[in-house]
Amino acid sequence: MILTDWFTMPENFVYSAIGVTMLATAYRVVTTRNVVHAVLHLVAALAASAALFLLLGAEFVAWTVVLVYIGAVIVLFLFGIMITRAPLGVETELSHPRRIRIPAAIVSFALFLVIGSTMVGAFKDDVIEPAPQGTMEFGITRTADVGQSIFQRFVIPFEVVSVLLLAALIGAIVLARKDPTEEESEATGTMR
Amino acid sequence: MLINQFLLLGAALFSLGVYGVLTRKNAVLVLLSVELMLAAVNINLVAFDRYFVDTEAAGQVFALFVITVAAAEVGIGLAIVLLIFRVRKSANVDEFDLMKL
Repeated sequence: MILTDWFTMPENFVYSAIGVTMLATAYRVVTTRNVVHAVLHLVAALAASAALFLLLGAEFVAWTVVLVYIGAVIVLFLFGIMITRAPLGVETELSHPRRIRIPAAIVSFALFLVIGSTMVGAFKDDVIEPAPQGTMEFGITRTADVGQSIFQRFVIPFEVVSVLLLAALIGAIVLARKDPTEEESEATGTMR
Repeated sequence: MLINQFLLLGAALFSLGVYGVLTRKNAVLVLLSVELMLAAVNINLVAFDRYFVDTEAAGQVFALFVITVAAAEVGIGLAIVLLIFRVRKSANVDEFDLMKL
């Protein structure tokens, strides 16, 4: 496919805008010197990924990203920053010094080259086709189809994930609360 | 739409996440970079789902599972960071060297 043809398609224009936004904000997440700015840039990057899912016609995944990631996980991160008293202002101590940053940049760029060259070699000019008539209309996956798939074909992984969530819930409570016996001994210690 | 444009964007996002994990000192920011990597994986899953025109929407279902597991991971990860912060009075990953000889 010729590049000028690629740019004249409106969906690719939208894709370019979303992609540039996503990469710029993701870059700020890993480089900014302000902790709260890093979290807010992550919000923008995740919103861009949700827009990308909408572009691909995966509406349920897109709104789940908005609800679970932007709604819940980001709030959790902000609480984590507050509780661990991370430096809130401009701070230079958030990243490792340059002698670690440069090899890390080389490693991650090499990783990108490896993944990218493999993908380009494997899929070349393959196009995401508009979906055929049937379960999917106009390339949009209906939420009902995703739900049927979860509760028929993937019901056992679904149950396993729900047990995992319960285990994570209990684990997080056990880890984060203060040990009651320790608290008691502290209280008696201060009284004496 | 080419499939490769989504895969390359996912690869770039994943590499940025790897860079963040390798360079960040603060444990909360390391977890933040891990979230970037998981978002990249989700993009790949949904793009392949559309590419193979799967009637069972398996890629999207697995993207939903990844989102769930990521939420659990953030909860546990932040609880561990909180616990270490209470004991060591610091959230810097290079100060967690209790098991070093």
